Amino acid sequence: MKKSDFTILVADDDPDYLFQTINGLGRAGYKTIAVESQAEAESVISKFKPSLAIFDLMMESDDSGFILCYKIKKKYPDVPVILATAVSKETGMSFSLDSGNDKSWIRADRYLEKGIRPEQLDQEVMMLLKI
Amino acid sequence: MAVLKVLVVDDEPGIRSGVARILRDFHVTYPFMDEDYTFEILDAPTGEDGITVIERDKPDIVLLDNKLPGMQGVDVLEYIRERKYDIMIAMITSYASLDVAVRATRDGATDFIPKPFTPQELKSSIENITKQLYLKRITHKMQQEGKKIRYQFLSVLSHELKAPLNALEGYLRMMQEKQAGERIDDYATHIDRSLQRIHGMRSLIMDLLDFTKIRLERKEEKIQEVNLAEVASGAIVTAQPLAIQMEVSINLEVRSDVVIMADPGDIEIVFNNLISNAVKYNKFGGRADITIDSSDIDAILIFSDTGIGITKTDSENLFTEFVRIKNEKTRNISGSGLGLSIVKKVVELYHGTIKVESTPDVGTTFTIRLPKKPLNIS
Repeated sequence: MKKSDFTILVADDDPDYLFQTINGLGRAGYKTIAVESQAEAESVISKFKPSLAIFDLMMESDDSGFILCYKIKKKYPDVPVILATAVSKETGMSFSLDSGNDKSWIRADRYLEKGIRPEQLDQEVMMLLKI
Repeated sequence: MAVLKVLVVDDEPGIRSGVARILRDFHVTYPFMDEDYTFEILDAPTGEDGITVIERDKPDIVLLDNKLPGMQGVDVLEYIRERKYDIMIAMITSYASLDVAVRATRDGATDFIPKPFTPQELKSSIENITKQLYLKRITHKMQQEGKKIRYQFLSVLSHELKAPLNALEGYLRMMQEKQAGERIDDYATHIDRSLQRIHGMRSLIMDLLDFTKIRLERKEEKIQEVNLAEVASGAIVTAQPLAIQMEVSINLEVRSDVVIMADPGDIEIVFNNLISNAVKYNKFGGRADITIDSSDIDAILIFSDTGIGITKTDSENLFTEFVRIKNEKTRNISGSGLGLSIVKKVVELYHGTIKVESTPDVGTTFTIRLPKKPLNIS
């Protein structure tokens, strides 16, 4: 399968970050769906199964990303999920998802620091989609 | 009613049973304490036994005889100190030589009880120790909470500062790689958005300065007569450029020309924030009405707008730092999320009150009451 066969759902309430992520993924060759809130993401998920999802952690609430991870994994257990956020460094919270314990409750496949380069993101996505 | 465990380490059985008898029905109470303290007595005939009890029962207070058969009182003291246990220690000693007293105090003994002691002497020592223990614990607790709040604030703050930088970096990279085309015009949106993020970041930094100013500055020396109508007029001028863009009319009604005692800078912060909110969160062509009134004791400031309003759920967190109401209507409005928390801090500094009433899509009204003569700023 080629990249254009995959549709990636991106949810982020920072319009600039959303625009740039979508732009980067589009240039890499993926199809994309952009939403700006947890609510919109939920409504997309209810009707459509994306190939992969990238969620911002803090949107309407501080744990929007976690909630979305949980919901999408419940409906489509095989869809890989990336949690992207800027909070880890500042809060010291670490969700590297190395331990089985973290994985079971966060339910994301990757945890990525915001501000990552488009090429890096493409690498991560290719790995998760096994391209 | 809280129970403190008191361990008596003494080789004389008479002292051990005496302490137990004296403290059995004793309770300590001070007006500043949340509850009374009573005592449960544990005892040990030697220092070695005492350490066993300390490890097993974690007492709050240890009454320690210095002269013991095996290890000495001061050794037990050192044992406790080295492990940094949260225990108050009083030495019971018959011949309080200066040498022992100095060493014991250095090692953390809080009190000395001369032997033999009367019941009254023991009780007043215990009373004193309990008070110190209480104060020590409450201070520790308050420091922990303070640390936690500061930490949360800093972590959200760095998040808020980092987001615009990420956005700028992203746009600059896109331009560097000429992703949208060869001409500068191809990047009009990128540049516009970058400028908006810079603007947002600048206002966050300005708000942050206000915020720290309120937190840090003692103001007594800056208190003077402040004419509220004058400050309001100044703030309206400041908000005018945005109001013109939004075609919002700002109206000031002075029902009572109130003068209050305050730091003019604080009052400017209140007016600037609430008037700029009334414009920013308004509808195109709306109104912002500012009313200045007074009662016998209070100055009353009312800020009414015909804006997008706030739901009841959202209004609960409205004054919390960095909380911004996020929805379809607010997504293009920039703000630091600090403005209203700053306003609330100022109002509280002057022992005033602020309340908000709002109907979504109809408008919001903030009502502030400030005592005319607060002076006692805390």
